[in-house]
Amino acid sequence: MTAIAGEALEEAFEQDHRPVPGRPRRRLRGGWLLTVWGWIVILWLASPIVVMIVFGFNDGNGRATSVHWNGFTLKWYENLFVYPDLTSALENSITIALATTAIAVVLGTLMGVAMGRWKFRGVGSVNLLLFANIAAPEVVLGAALLSLFLTLNIPRGYLTILLAHVMFSIAYVVVTVRARMSGLDPALEEASRDLGAGPITTFFKVTLPMIKPGVMAGALLAFAMSIDDYIITSFNNGSTQTFPLWVYGAAQRTGGSVPPQVNVMGTLIFAFGVLLAVAGAVNARKQA
Amino acid sequence: MTDQQRPGELPPDLLRGLTNPRMSRRSMLKLGGLAALGLPLAACGIPGSTGSSKLGLAAARQQIEDFWAKQKKHGHFNFANWPLYIDVVKGGKHPSLDLFTKETGISVTYDEVIQQDDTYYGKIAPVLAAGQGTGYDVMVITNGIYLDDLIERDYLIPLDQARMSNFYTYASDLVKDPSFDRGNVYTMAWQSGVTGIGYSPKLVGKKITSWNDLLDPKLSGKLGMFGDNEDLPNSALCAIGVNPETSTPADWKKAADWLTKQRPLVRKYYQQDYVAPLSKGDLWASQAWSGDIFQANANGAELEFVVPKEGAPIWTDNMCIPAHAQNPLDAMIYMDWVYQPRVAAMIADWVNYMTPVPAAQQVFLHEAATAKTKADKTYYTGLAHSPLIFPPKSEYTRLHRYRVLSTAEQKVWNDLFEPIYQS
Amino acid sequence: MSARSLRGKLAPYTLILPGWLWLVIFFVVPVITMLSVSTMTGNDLNGFSQTFHFSTYVDAWNSFHVQIIRSLAYGLIATAICILIGYPVAYWIAFRGGSYKSTLLFLLLLPFFVSFVIRTQSWEFMLDDHGMVLGLLRTLHLVSSNASILQTPVAVVGGLVYNFLPFMVLPIYVALERIDPVLLEASADLYAHKATAFRKIVLPLSSPGVFAGVLLTFVPVASDYVNATILGGTNTTMIGNVIQTLYFTNLDYPTAAALSFILMGVLLIGVFAYARALGTDDVLEMAAA
Repeated sequence: MTAIAGEALEEAFEQDHRPVPGRPRRRLRGGWLLTVWGWIVILWLASPIVVMIVFGFNDGNGRATSVHWNGFTLKWYENLFVYPDLTSALENSITIALATTAIAVVLGTLMGVAMGRWKFRGVGSVNLLLFANIAAPEVVLGAALLSLFLTLNIPRGYLTILLAHVMFSIAYVVVTVRARMSGLDPALEEASRDLGAGPITTFFKVTLPMIKPGVMAGALLAFAMSIDDYIITSFNNGSTQTFPLWVYGAAQRTGGSVPPQVNVMGTLIFAFGVLLAVAGAVNARKQA
Repeated sequence: MTDQQRPGELPPDLLRGLTNPRMSRRSMLKLGGLAALGLPLAACGIPGSTGSSKLGLAAARQQIEDFWAKQKKHGHFNFANWPLYIDVVKGGKHPSLDLFTKETGISVTYDEVIQQDDTYYGKIAPVLAAGQGTGYDVMVITNGIYLDDLIERDYLIPLDQARMSNFYTYASDLVKDPSFDRGNVYTMAWQSGVTGIGYSPKLVGKKITSWNDLLDPKLSGKLGMFGDNEDLPNSALCAIGVNPETSTPADWKKAADWLTKQRPLVRKYYQQDYVAPLSKGDLWASQAWSGDIFQANANGAELEFVVPKEGAPIWTDNMCIPAHAQNPLDAMIYMDWVYQPRVAAMIADWVNYMTPVPAAQQVFLHEAATAKTKADKTYYTGLAHSPLIFPPKSEYTRLHRYRVLSTAEQKVWNDLFEPIYQS
Repeated sequence: MSARSLRGKLAPYTLILPGWLWLVIFFVVPVITMLSVSTMTGNDLNGFSQTFHFSTYVDAWNSFHVQIIRSLAYGLIATAICILIGYPVAYWIAFRGGSYKSTLLFLLLLPFFVSFVIRTQSWEFMLDDHGMVLGLLRTLHLVSSNASILQTPVAVVGGLVYNFLPFMVLPIYVALERIDPVLLEASADLYAHKATAFRKIVLPLSSPGVFAGVLLTFVPVASDYVNATILGGTNTTMIGNVIQTLYFTNLDYPTAAALSFILMGVLLIGVFAYARALGTDDVLEMAAA
């Protein structure tokens, strides 16, 4: 996801899109075909989610997710934590994603605010840096970072995963925040300062509330990318496991059948993400 | 042995943390190696990571004896093993370890910390390189690149040959003087396994007995092979009738040709993910590990495992003592103690791998003869006659170790075989 | 210069500094380190030394150009399919979404809340020889009973399209959404055919979105190796797989580093050439917008 994707997300957070004034739009011919196509694609994209959720409730022997429907059960939810490695991998994923989000949001927001507010010398090179960071293939990012850690003899593990995740998340936060920033009227901040507020007060009382949708979208992107990253993490994890690494390993080991607990955990992560996004949207709507 | 907790309630491979492909033991980084990159920005020479210069043989032997002469029994040692790789009863007790403590007065801290060779190596290598102890006195490592590295880098303590009497009395010829550790200087086997062929008799429609059966065009698109540079090439060497251990680069070329000829039939060069497609019928036949087929059948598949008549690779997980161990003598005593048939039987009974002590068979036969229930009798008779636990002597000559490769040979080897499974 | 205006001048740099440092230390420096490694020679036991051995690049190309070309081909095909599938969807949401735009967009983003690895797994699950897809095709007598999809290039490209489609739809949607409806109405009044209006107004105005979409899909698709590993077979190895193996299995760091740079170079050249062809002057502005 990126810049523009982030902006799309941001818009999803905002209240209705510009109302269309004037006469009602004419319907174009062939509209139903588009609608059918749109729904087919959405359903197609959603199909593995359905498979995941449904098979988290599928009875079976627990060895691997059964291909057939064996009846409804809650036992995988009850026995969610029987694989100590899987449990700790999930914990790692969640805490790393939260820490990544926090750090990337702070660093990225500061950068985004500066870049959206001022024209300054060297902004071009910072742009290039961000662009290269977003455009570089993941396998290259992971491999390059690994050579650095090895050169400095930093043991790979939880910390190096976190450093890597922040590295690839910052740019996305910058871009969403900057886009929001450049659409703002600087007069508001000036007014605040004229009224005697310091720059820090102004930032927290005036600027931040205005760029909140951008910050939120950036945070969600950072969280989603961190919790889902496989390639870069696999280069820098040492012996620390994360959820995607464990699932990939287990699936490689068993040829695509993972224990049903994986579906349950996937479902819970999914539910949490959706909840977060919906809460964000509702919150944004309230303020609009 | 009635209240044993049998495997199968949970997938042991997952509990064991075997969540990475077996090949990845090779595929993870040799940390010492990459660390040897040093400061590349300095753009000057970078030191290699070869261990300290080797002493002369006699001097080395003397040094080892001196080392062991200084050691004292501490009444305790720490054991790092793979999960579910020793006997367990309800409550998490290990009867064989309790028995050891009772008989020798040495207590054991048993940790199931080794999930994979590569990650475990990754954990201990930097510690050992820094001249510190791992906290363990015995650890179990599979033969292959990581064990080679541990030996090469002097990260293991040579064993006290004077304290290996049970080993030399009872150990099977398969694990004595193995090619990866000549003279058992550093290692003693824990358990072993075989790489052969797994297939569905129903789908294939005939018995498979030879590696060359895997050249049958009828298997096109339904045949799996391993995508690694140990099992695949070594099996191919067996296929052309060559013992991998003593194979020459000319043999390697022929083996590569054999694999190239087979390649159009192959659906995919698998890591460890061949079991499910084989169970489901997407694959009709595949290179396979004995234990996996055993497991798959326990889960309802109808597969057969065969050691091809031309022979097959065998691999072994080995006990060894890491450098800077605090209680090497206690460890040494334990490592030899497990080679008593009654102890080996306690372990084999539970883990179902190929035991290094053939005489454990007598123990199972005795159990069967004195069994109180019919189920127990059948069970122990089955164990005693399982070729996966006790390969018949006639098969020994057919089971071969991986070729041990020097750095220079490794390049030739890789250049020949890699393009086959990776392109 | 007053203290206040000096502070004003320094403010952007102060704010940018922490994030900038992070990116320099954990992105720029590693890349330079890798560049240096790519011209070293040696092996892992005896060490590597800097010999400015540039022919590693030539050797790497000679050994692995098949996989590089295959990756680019998969990338192009998957990206093209993404445009074909994704454009109408973006168009539909932007112009027909009405008050449900946010909801539809959200539905489109749902897969991002499920792990990439799990998504690819379920694809495998659906595609195998006894899975739903082939089952359906067999029932319709469209394929022979022995046909496979899994472990073929079709499965790999399919998986790539599936995984990266939202990256294409979103930017196109944003570009379309920015088009003033008044413009469309005016065009509808001016041109007789909807098709003409589409070609003259909508398409050009949405091209920045398509550009961003191509950038976002092509690069990750061409350098992916997870799909090829899970869904691929004997002749579907991509360059990402090779780099990974060179790093982890062969411990041939110079070749791995050189290949990484070749990959990055080819992709960036492709992206810039594409930008040129499109007549987009400021690629950075575009991508970061």
